[in-house]
Amino acid sequence: MLSEYLPVLLLFGLAVAFAVGSLVVSSLVGPRVPNPTKLAAYESGNIPLADVRNTRFSVKFYMVAMLFLIFDIEVVFIYPWAVVFRELGWFGLGQMALFIGILGVAFVYEIGRGGLEWD
Amino acid sequence: MEQPLWVPVLQAVVVFAYYLLITAVLIWAERRVVARMQSRLGPNRVGPFGILQTLVDGAKMFFKEDITPGMVNKVIYNLAPLVGVIAGFLVVAVIPIGGEVTLFGETFTLVVADLSIGVLWILALSSIHVYSVFLAGWASNSPYPLLGGIRSSAQMISYEIAQGLAVASVVIYAGSLRVSDIVAAQSGPGFIDGVPAWYAIPLFPAFLVFVIGMVAEAGRPPFDLAEAEGELVGGFNTEYSGMRFGMFMLAEFMSVVTMSAIVVPLFLGGPAGPTFGLPDSVAWVMPILWFFLKMVGFIFFFILLRGAMPRYRYDKLMNLGWKVLIPVALVWTLVTATFVLIEEAGGLPAGTRLGLAVAAAVILLVLLFGGRASAPDTRSVAKAPDITAGRTPALDEPGSADLQATDHQEVAP
Amino acid sequence: MTGHDVVFVLVGLLTAGGAVLTVTSKNLMHAALFFAVTLGGIAGVFLPLAADFLALVQIVVYVGAVAVLFMFGLMLTRAPIGREALDGQNRGLAMAVAGGLFVVLSTLVIGAFGDLPTAEVTGPRIDDLGIAIFADWVLPFEVLSMLLLAALIGAIVLARRETGESGEELTVTRIEMAQDRDPDALEREQAALTSGSGGDGEEHA
Repeated sequence: MLSEYLPVLLLFGLAVAFAVGSLVVSSLVGPRVPNPTKLAAYESGNIPLADVRNTRFSVKFYMVAMLFLIFDIEVVFIYPWAVVFRELGWFGLGQMALFIGILGVAFVYEIGRGGLEWD
Repeated sequence: MEQPLWVPVLQAVVVFAYYLLITAVLIWAERRVVARMQSRLGPNRVGPFGILQTLVDGAKMFFKEDITPGMVNKVIYNLAPLVGVIAGFLVVAVIPIGGEVTLFGETFTLVVADLSIGVLWILALSSIHVYSVFLAGWASNSPYPLLGGIRSSAQMISYEIAQGLAVASVVIYAGSLRVSDIVAAQSGPGFIDGVPAWYAIPLFPAFLVFVIGMVAEAGRPPFDLAEAEGELVGGFNTEYSGMRFGMFMLAEFMSVVTMSAIVVPLFLGGPAGPTFGLPDSVAWVMPILWFFLKMVGFIFFFILLRGAMPRYRYDKLMNLGWKVLIPVALVWTLVTATFVLIEEAGGLPAGTRLGLAVAAAVILLVLLFGGRASAPDTRSVAKAPDITAGRTPALDEPGSADLQATDHQEVAP
Repeated sequence: MTGHDVVFVLVGLLTAGGAVLTVTSKNLMHAALFFAVTLGGIAGVFLPLAADFLALVQIVVYVGAVAVLFMFGLMLTRAPIGREALDGQNRGLAMAVAGGLFVVLSTLVIGAFGDLPTAEVTGPRIDDLGIAIFADWVLPFEVLSMLLLAALIGAIVLARRETGESGEELTVTRIEMAQDRDPDALEREQAALTSGSGGDGEEHA
């Protein structure tokens, strides 16, 4: 059972070795000549002005993440249902339709309130 | 374990090398094809047709200075590119790149691991990939990367849902989350004689949603809002240079390859295809070839899109994802399930089936593209005076015409 | 010790370590990341139990969505940094409660299951899981959708300002400009960056 994941682990090892190895080799052979301009934040050639540590983003992004979480849960429930729904028949379909329907109402409400308007 | 240890090692190494190699060739191919679309030659100096260009560029990356700007959060800054590349390699672990191969008396499939939850694996690794983008933006501690990072992570999670829902109807048809079962389920007779039973045909709306999601998920034109040069410089990787930037490049191009690889078993029958009666000693090559051809078709599609399409606007991108693709995929999931149950109960006559399919396709096309001509985006036009109030007059305002006219007179003597 | 045990111990250490670092980090974003590691570690705990569907769901939902939601939330607020800002000043009490809970739970679990013989787990198939949810536990499943509905509506109500006030949301970020900062620091930076050419300060006036 767990042995199924052995090749995945090997692939993971290869990917890590490749990525870390590239960075290490690059840091060994690449030049390193820092100066204040190079080390400053890039703002298209302007003198860096912005203080981004305290930047706050639009609540829209948070709404997207919230919706993502809810639909993610929906997706992971749809998958096992999709596997067995032939056995469940119309009863199973009704269940899922109700589930999707209830979330659909919330989704429509959200769109109606303008929660997804990117103005 | 019944298999000797070298089998999983070989599987892992072959898959790793396969995708790395194809990614390298893709970068070259894209430059050549886009160049051809723009009446240029593209890289043609290094090796035959310039095919070694990527290798040389990669080698160059090693000798570039890898600047770590002063304001970054060093640990996360270094971690972010690694996460992207590693997740990119791992996501293809469940995709078979060929059929069964017999080597030294061992028969095995050309796949790293045919997990029973293969489809979820793809979803999980895509969501890990978001971390790379988000953390790169956050750790850079600089305005453009921050904007680019949060923009593209919001884009990625939105389209991930669309993709996950599109795959749900595939799972409904196949009745399994295992990729090899999904491939096997597509090997039967087709819905129409002479056409393969690929899910792209009966599940066309889901296929369409998945392909659009694919482009957005990979952050490729026309959905490359992450690196909208005109507004965000380079997006989340602005503060990266040298090999660390190279890692982001690799991850981006590799996601083109991995997305093309993922869509093939889900919607296009995977490595299956006719073997033309070849003897068994040679026939094992055919699945590899078929898979490769199908995948290259999608890669080519990605490249053509890049050459042909202008960049989308961010609000339109999010609207497309949330208000079109996700509802379509959700409804389609239920429609598919209803159809499957009707089929189980006895099925519809072939004519009705075809008619319904055509009707569904027409409705979908109208929904997707029909509204454009009748409903122009008046919102942004109406808003224009607000934004420019007190500054230069907008071009469509009275007065701006005079401005233009005087400009013309001055410029043209 | 079997291979399963080794995997379990390693993953358990990773999870516990991530959890400790989550509560001790001084930077909220680091804490969120360690939280993601902890959640991923729990997915790793499911794997030796042959519950790979659960493991992947754990990654998709918790690592992929919940932790990302946390991080988006951090971007939304002015995340405080440093021990004083983050500490609830109730360390002793919190540690006592956590330690007590640990003792109670481990006593309960060992007392209840400690004598059971260990056996090779085969794990549930997805089919069994699906049947269990959609045939035996229909009501909880549908109630869950109500829970998600409530969560979504709550988020909308919290996030959405009353109409008319929404004009402020036009600005996607509020980047604080130089005027708000220490003018001396700005001058020093300018001097360093423009390497002596100076005197172009009018833009900031």
